[in-house]
Amino acid sequence: MLRVEEIHKSFDDFKAVNGANLTVEKGELVAVIGPNGAGKTTLFNLITGQLKPDKGKVIFNEEVISDLPPYQICRRGIARSFQIANIFPRLTVFRNVQVSVLSQQRKSRSLFYPAEKLAVDETNSILRSVGLSDKAGYTAGSLAHGDQRALEIAIALGNEPELLILDEPTAGMSPEETTATMDMIKQLASSRGLTILFCEHDMEVVFNAAQSIMVMHQGLTVIQDKPNEVRNCREVQECYLGGAEPC
Amino acid sequence: MLRAPFNLKPVGPLLVIFIILLVLPPIIPRFYTYMLAVIFVTALVAMSLNMVVGHGGLFQFHHGAFYGVGAYTVALMLTKTSLPTWVGFVAGPIVAALSGLLIGAFCVRLTRLYFGMLQISLGSLLWAIAFRWYDLTNGDDGIHGITMPSFISSQNSAYYFILIVATICLILMYMIFKSPFGETLQAIRDNPERCEAIGINVRRHQLMAIVIATFFAGIAGVLFVVVEGSVFPDLLFWVFSLEIFIMCLLGGWFTFAGPILGAAIMVSLRTFVGIYTEYWTLILGIILILLIFFLPEGVWGYILEKFGGQAEEAVEGENE
Repeated sequence: MLRVEEIHKSFDDFKAVNGANLTVEKGELVAVIGPNGAGKTTLFNLITGQLKPDKGKVIFNEEVISDLPPYQICRRGIARSFQIANIFPRLTVFRNVQVSVLSQQRKSRSLFYPAEKLAVDETNSILRSVGLSDKAGYTAGSLAHGDQRALEIAIALGNEPELLILDEPTAGMSPEETTATMDMIKQLASSRGLTILFCEHDMEVVFNAAQSIMVMHQGLTVIQDKPNEVRNCREVQECYLGGAEPC
Repeated sequence: MLRAPFNLKPVGPLLVIFIILLVLPPIIPRFYTYMLAVIFVTALVAMSLNMVVGHGGLFQFHHGAFYGVGAYTVALMLTKTSLPTWVGFVAGPIVAALSGLLIGAFCVRLTRLYFGMLQISLGSLLWAIAFRWYDLTNGDDGIHGITMPSFISSQNSAYYFILIVATICLILMYMIFKSPFGETLQAIRDNPERCEAIGINVRRHQLMAIVIATFFAGIAGVLFVVVEGSVFPDLLFWVFSLEIFIMCLLGGWFTFAGPILGAAIMVSLRTFVGIYTEYWTLILGIILILLIFFLPEGVWGYILEKFGGQAEEAVEGENE
């Protein structure tokens, strides 16, 4: 479904992504792991068009998308969440998600019909599935951190994506919140038939949830394989697990 | 498309205000009728600016240029051609919107301050044309004594014409404010990057907002000619653009109706304080300083905050 081929991106002299490869098959839950600064977020930004690659390409459903602007990539079925809550702080929680649903329904430029009567059911259903129904009327900027993270995912769901990309969905969360969030993500994946690509630094979380894991180190793909294979891979242990015994 | 009506609850008090404004002219001195008409026109141009500044988050620093283009278009068509009056009235906003499209198309490629700087430059070009092209525009003398058709030639009938046109514009603007287009525009103001990531063509959306806003500014320009019967290059001068910008801040630029209040305050200040001192802008400066410290959301924003958060819905779209 998604293929990233030998992609490169540097900022000035710093090679952030230096030959990364990634394959995501339909229906999979794929994780990207790697130490801080390995280039995970840059890789995601390259896939969703926030950044343009210097070299290499991104292929989604047999189409090269790496030269499209972000809004075009989104319209082809890839939605994403951001590592730092990237919401609409002055709008209510409901409207945050509704804007996204309206965009999906191609109604963003409709001029004379009251928005409050559009996409209401879809929006409410998404809010329910991420557990924000009771906060629909709150101003998004006033939400607690965990709720903003959930809203972040809800906005992405508004696009009814085929592929959902989550950039550290559990960043800054307590272990309990992390478990709850991962359960929610797995639940979303099965109930909405989503393919999910996410990155994460908590090993426990990754090995429990993902069906396929890609390990990045210094901008390079070390390996992409099933969790067990990755766990036993020597290179991974050296570069990422610091040579620790596999558990 | 209008199957379901908009929320009609606030219509009651607004209707009362509208009726009061309707019955006022015969009972108040002529000067106040004139002043109210000026406030309506100024409020309309401030409202149109706020569409892009307050709701769109764009640094539309030279909005006055489009107001001036609307006014000059109708003035030139009425004085230099023998076309029917209505053609001039319709051409005003259309030419303003076209200039908005042209200038906006360059500006939306830039962001924030760069957007604003480019707009000041391009808008000032329009001002230079009005100021310098003597043969066409009479330069700094402006065009005076533009005759209006008989149905709006008296002061009171002009007042009613302006009141009705401005009200219709406000209703349209309110619908746009509450439409998916308006909501998306506010989302872009809050977070353009995120909007791009949820499938919105941000630049095109912003450009469309500029075109709509400049169209309404053009209508305000036409109404200006109706009330004053003259045009002059100052309409397109950047100082006036700054004034309407201040009106939005003063009234509350994140609210719908704030700029109306801002315009009323500015016009009143200029008129009443202007009688005593030509340094009325000094008073304005002091008010602005106080505003920034104590009412950062603007006067209307403050009122909304103080007297019920959701009251915004109930009083929005107040009739000047």
